[in-house]
Amino acid sequence: MNKTVFLGALTVAGLVAASASAATLDDVKERGTLNCGVVTGLAGFGAPDANGVWTGFDVAMCRAVAAAVLGDKDAVEFVPTTGQTRFTALASGEIDLLARNTTWTFSRDTDLKFDFIGVNYYDGQGFLIPKELGVASAKDLDGATVCIQTGTTTELNLADFFRINNISYEPVPIETNAEGQQQYLAGACDVYTTDASGLAATRATFEAPGDHVLLPEIISKEPLGPLVRHGDSEWADIARWTLNALISAEELGISSSNVAELSAAPTDNPEVNRLLGTEGELGAMIGLDAGWAVAAISAGGNYGEIFEKNIGENTPIGLARGLNAQWTDGGLLYSPPFR
Amino acid sequence: MSAMTDPPKPAFRLSQLIYDTRYRSITIQVVAFALIAYGIWALVSNTIGNLADLGKDFDFGFLGQSAGYDINQMLIPYDNQDTHGRAALVGIANTLLVAVMGCVTALVIGVLAGVARLSKNWVVAKLMAVYVEGFRNIPLLLWILLIHAVVSEALPQPNAFRGADPSASMLLGDSVALTGRGFYFPRIGFTNSLSGTEAVAPREGYTAVASGGMDWLVILGVLAVSLVGIKLIRNRASRIQESTGVRPTTWYTQLGLLIIPTGIVLTVLGATIVTPYLKGFNFTEGMFLRSALVSLWVALSLYTGAFIAETVRAGILSVSKGQSEAAAALGMQPGRTMSLVILPQAMRVIIPPLISQFLNLTKNSSLALAVGYMDVRATLGGITIAQTGRELEGMLLLGAFYLTLSLVISGAMNIYNNSTKLMER
Repeated sequence: MNKTVFLGALTVAGLVAASASAATLDDVKERGTLNCGVVTGLAGFGAPDANGVWTGFDVAMCRAVAAAVLGDKDAVEFVPTTGQTRFTALASGEIDLLARNTTWTFSRDTDLKFDFIGVNYYDGQGFLIPKELGVASAKDLDGATVCIQTGTTTELNLADFFRINNISYEPVPIETNAEGQQQYLAGACDVYTTDASGLAATRATFEAPGDHVLLPEIISKEPLGPLVRHGDSEWADIARWTLNALISAEELGISSSNVAELSAAPTDNPEVNRLLGTEGELGAMIGLDAGWAVAAISAGGNYGEIFEKNIGENTPIGLARGLNAQWTDGGLLYSPPFR
Repeated sequence: MSAMTDPPKPAFRLSQLIYDTRYRSITIQVVAFALIAYGIWALVSNTIGNLADLGKDFDFGFLGQSAGYDINQMLIPYDNQDTHGRAALVGIANTLLVAVMGCVTALVIGVLAGVARLSKNWVVAKLMAVYVEGFRNIPLLLWILLIHAVVSEALPQPNAFRGADPSASMLLGDSVALTGRGFYFPRIGFTNSLSGTEAVAPREGYTAVASGGMDWLVILGVLAVSLVGIKLIRNRASRIQESTGVRPTTWYTQLGLLIIPTGIVLTVLGATIVTPYLKGFNFTEGMFLRSALVSLWVALSLYTGAFIAETVRAGILSVSKGQSEAAAALGMQPGRTMSLVILPQAMRVIIPPLISQFLNLTKNSSLALAVGYMDVRATLGGITIAQTGRELEGMLLLGAFYLTLSLVISGAMNIYNNSTKLMER
């Protein structure tokens, strides 16, 4: 009997059980880039410019964290997310930080298992409507067709607002701001509603911004902030204190133009010294270099600079500081002390 | 005579599991089963582990919580205070609606295009070839977006119908309005509605009308009884024809039976035609076909219709040429040859792939959110997941729904297939 040799080879595809690691900081350092979730495109807050470089108010947060952790503000992989995909992207570990005008709510913080690291923009929900319709108040919107981004808090606020005022509306669900803008300009909806800052940013890109008005009603509180996964407090601390460093820097008068000078040698102000790492060991306490805050501030400037450059009154978006001024100027920005 | 003895039976050796063809197949099956079982176990345990790492549990309780969001197209009553489960049902109803509408029109378009592509008329045949290749070879999502863009950008918005000198006007005697937001048609309302809960005057000074489900149930019930009556009349006519050879004239009794009882019911209920008119921001009253539904429906029908056309063409070509020649020899006209000889035989080839096309259309309807159509993928699989953070549960439910729906369609079509397939003795 001829002995045949059994040559069948079974290729076993190794199932790599990639579990979401708890040590995000190590992952980011090993990877060399920060995966940061941003909007798919909202002028002033996060959009690629003509050269394909992401810029904007929320994008600056990503760059500051990347600079603090990796020392390079360009070591960021931007992941555009929609209102529906953002939380899945963060929960699954696809992104390390979500900086995408996301409202801090109880259930998102607790039930969805995320940690909001602070508020970088105090906002509220508004309505954008063509001037020619002659509507003066949101309470006159009975029967209107409203464009609304799905999967957002604004969608729920809208339902509540119309319910409370006992008026009806027809929702047109959209997924991205660009789609909303296109539908609104095509007249597929009478009103576009989202955070007032987003409406201002969207209106700024219209051909004739003057033909559209924001209704006076602000129907909700929308504290927008960056968030990270729940359960990795070290990483949350880094992101939280990077944001605080940007806010404190403005309060302490540290800007991108003088940060190099101030960090070269200890100054008279001990808090500036602690923040910039010329005194104390604050950097080591969160597992970063002593110069982490210097890098973060150098990336795009302090909070005020980032605001003015991207969405401030001298930009097409033209937002006033309002609630987002420092507490010393009557606003709500109030960073805990660096001590 | 020497006693027959069995040949010595060799003892079983482990190497036989690989080298002996008798045992090898068993070995391969056992190994394959073990690998698949390991794969499933690894996936499940990995999921459980990851959920535990994130501190999440596995719980369908969110279906009972208040949804909080509004849905524009509701086939069943829904309010934003209703539960996520109810919102999912609204989405399911919308999915079923577009799937049924799409399957019917895709079948009609497909059969017409498939037959026309075999036409001897060069222009018709080539036009159909362009249609089939154009729709088959461009992704469905692009067609949906394109058709939606055409509908919503090219047609006037309700605002254009307003004012002393409107730039757009309604069609068919001010009864139909085609707007970028959707199409408004007249509807039938009942002044003496049985349910009558939401009776509102269409305009100031008009009589209040409503259209409840009860009214339609009564009308459909009467119509069904009439149809049964017509069937009985026809059966009786056939019996008389068989016994006497003369078929009695029954068309007027049939027609009367069809029209008179339903007409009486409609009159008693006070049926009136309610035309849409502008009120506030939008048209009101009338029947509203949203542009999202229209564009999704048209795109799904045309796209799937192109595939069905090819299936139909293959089916027709599979019927031997002798059949049509025989029909021609008997003096049948080409149209009757097609409908009485060719298509019935072609159906045997057409139906099995047709089932797949219906399944594809149903599953492709999940692209609905691209144009803002609130199907089950947009409600349960979209907003509910985003608001509650139950990705795994939501996706599993969604998968179970599509699986069930596909199996039901497939089962129903298989029953039909069994009734038409060639009976072999």
